Amino acid sequence: MSAAEAVAPSPVLLAVEGVTKRFAGVTALNDVSLEVRSGEILGLLGENGAGKSTLLKILSGVMPPSSGRILFDGVEFAPHNPQDAKRHGIVTIYQELSLIPTLTVAENIFIGRAPLGRLGLVSWRKMEEDTRAIIARVGLDIDPATPVSALSVAEQQLVEIARALSLESRLIIMDEPTSALTETEVQKLMSIMDRLRRDGVAVMFVTHRLEEASAICDRMTVLRDGKLAGHLDRDGGPIRLPKIIEKMVGRAASELYARPTQRDVAGDVRLSIRGLRTVRDPQAPHAIVLEGVDLDLKAGEILGVAGLVGSGRTELARAIFGADRTAAGTITLDGKPIAPETPADAIKLGIGLVPEDRKQQAIFATLAILTNFSIAALGRYSNAAGFMTERRERQALANYRKTLSIRMASPEQAIEGLSGGNQQKVVLARWLARGPKVLIVDEPTRGVDVGAKAEVHQILVQLAARGIAIMMISSELPEVLAVSDRIVTMRRGRITGEMPGIEATEERLMELMALDQKQEATQ
Amino acid sequence: MTSTTEPAQRGGINFARLLMSFGPLMFLAVLMVVFTVLKPSFIDPINLFNIMRQISITGLIALGMTFVILTAGIDLSVGSLLAFCGMVAAVVAKGGTANTLSLATSGTQGYGWCAALLAAVIVGALAGGVQGFAITRLKVPPFVVTLGGLTVFRGLTLTISNGGPISGFDASMRWFGTGLIGPVPVPAIIFAAAAILCHIVLRYTRYGRAVYAVGGNAEAARLSGLRVDRILISVYIIVGFFAGLAAFVLSARLNSSEAVAGIGYELTVISAVVIGGTSLFGGIGSVGGTVVGAGLIGVLQNGLQFNNVSSYTQSIVIGIILILAVAFDRWLKSRVRR
Repeated sequence: MSAAEAVAPSPVLLAVEGVTKRFAGVTALNDVSLEVRSGEILGLLGENGAGKSTLLKILSGVMPPSSGRILFDGVEFAPHNPQDAKRHGIVTIYQELSLIPTLTVAENIFIGRAPLGRLGLVSWRKMEEDTRAIIARVGLDIDPATPVSALSVAEQQLVEIARALSLESRLIIMDEPTSALTETEVQKLMSIMDRLRRDGVAVMFVTHRLEEASAICDRMTVLRDGKLAGHLDRDGGPIRLPKIIEKMVGRAASELYARPTQRDVAGDVRLSIRGLRTVRDPQAPHAIVLEGVDLDLKAGEILGVAGLVGSGRTELARAIFGADRTAAGTITLDGKPIAPETPADAIKLGIGLVPEDRKQQAIFATLAILTNFSIAALGRYSNAAGFMTERRERQALANYRKTLSIRMASPEQAIEGLSGGNQQKVVLARWLARGPKVLIVDEPTRGVDVGAKAEVHQILVQLAARGIAIMMISSELPEVLAVSDRIVTMRRGRITGEMPGIEATEERLMELMALDQKQEATQ
Repeated sequence: MTSTTEPAQRGGINFARLLMSFGPLMFLAVLMVVFTVLKPSFIDPINLFNIMRQISITGLIALGMTFVILTAGIDLSVGSLLAFCGMVAAVVAKGGTANTLSLATSGTQGYGWCAALLAAVIVGALAGGVQGFAITRLKVPPFVVTLGGLTVFRGLTLTISNGGPISGFDASMRWFGTGLIGPVPVPAIIFAAAAILCHIVLRYTRYGRAVYAVGGNAEAARLSGLRVDRILISVYIIVGFFAGLAAFVLSARLNSSEAVAGIGYELTVISAVVIGGTSLFGGIGSVGGTVVGAGLIGVLQNGLQFNNVSSYTQSIVIGIILILAVAFDRWLKSRVRR
């Protein structure tokens, strides 16, 4: 049926040989090799931080490797920038699509190379005709004059693929293309990928979603901790999930993520959520909504929430915090029903949120560390007349600087000068200054270097020991396993499983997070 | 652990940081030296007080504009609002819209300077509040709302004044524009007092912190529990208040409220704030910078006039200085980052 099952394998198109990438002190990619052939779909898998994005950046010309080499079509390939990689025939389609929303489909496809007619003016008719032919290759039948902003995410993705094809790309790299798609859209994308394969295009499919990778990939390369964990081949049937998980996880309990001894969490239920639903925004029909979440959070406990991108984990945090509107459901805090409509309401009730995107949502990059620290507790550090009591404020920051070992030059320093880990500690200190009852932390160690990760985990454990109820959302399973007393998994806006932290394994969590469609259908 | 991540070169940074905080001030000092060399009488106290009187009107508005720009906003309506508030003050002061310059001897028919002042600042604050409301609730960008305000307030001014000026105020009101305390002009004292007050508010109060935070990152401010909309509305109220105060002082100084007053003031005001180092992207800036920025423009205008440079050439020079001052500021900051 497919080229992959033919006897003679097609020639190697891309060969990555011993590629290593070091950043100041951190080795993100360590001696990785892989091959992609024309007319095959290679799955690139690995957990967060395994090195997938680093490899993509190198292949797409965003940055050069520290050592090792890449051969494309047998010739050494060292792109200077993304345009250079495209010229060679390698196109990367990122999660954040690179189309210009205000331009039409045709304009996007022909951006920078519009067909010219007589007088050297743009020939709109030829552009639209060509566009129709190009998008037909990916099964799209839309008016080329439609502005891209009017398309769904799935359609936009197909437009990008079509553009890549029109550039005569020979290798198309897709970075998590299915994370924002519905099931039917995923099926459609898969059939397009199959068509590309039959046309002799090489596809590299980077994904978290094991069942999708298993369904379509001819071969897989698995990365773990920046190293090559192994290659898997289709052997008569699809590559089976347990084999992939084994390769992805396959580590001895890492010394970084020492499992805590089971702590005695005898606290009362602090936060109780029943049937929580969020509103579907007509502006963003593909956004994840909560489909009725039930959850209890006890005082002094760390509840790990594991879920993939698009599982609704962040939406859950934002709904509790009053940052997004809820459609139905009840939330009680210490037995009293609450309905925070704004973050300010939630904060007054004693709920804190360390958001997922530190730069966009948490820090004030250009402002002093001092202001970044006290901003959620201005009332605590000011007098009745509204003047800041700066001595107390500085004293408090000095205390947290010591207890959380925040490394900084001075309180006046702009926070953007700190490392990710130290920024995150300042954000944690911001909430500690308020003494919250419930603290929700979303991806607490994203963009935090390895050493500081363990410190952040330590801080969370200490906070829980003081009786704060902590909900920790993370896509890094080792992290979830390392600090959680109890773990729930989420998928598509629902809770799909729950277990004590001590009993959880990465394999079990991953199965629950990636629960396959048949099981979902029976629910 | 990562104790090696802190920068080791502190000495160089301190010098650059010093330069950065006093960059516009140094620019001003150099300019004053140059003008003094060209014409020594420039530095006479009389001339300096004259400059202070000149800058006090736009300077007052620039104080309010500093709050607005710190939140990454803009207010283009201040020139028109100044004319409108001035006209309101005149109507209140004179008890009507008649242009009675010749009867300037007594205020018996009107309500006196105190009511005029109150009317001007209240109308200014209300107008700012309405614009702030439109910006936050109707989600129309500040540029557009205040661009609309620019024509609306001018139109209102022309409507109540019927196009002409209202002139002739009593001596007690005129004192606010032309009086002296010792050798210092009253407008300069009002400006200085207002500047100190604004500095204290922005630097030492909870509200000031919130203004910086909203400008630094509105989403983070919201997620930190700040009522972002209220803070945004408040800064437009503040700039409106100062437009009203400036209008009162200007009317008092000219002994007349002109329907065409304040045309183009928004540009001078914004220039003063920006030259003073406040970022149009919000979150960075200070009242001290704005005072220096206003001073810089005043010194330039006065110094060029002093040297008989035509007003046409003046605007060319001021425009170029605006760009150079901001470029210089950028350059200094890029040095600090390194």
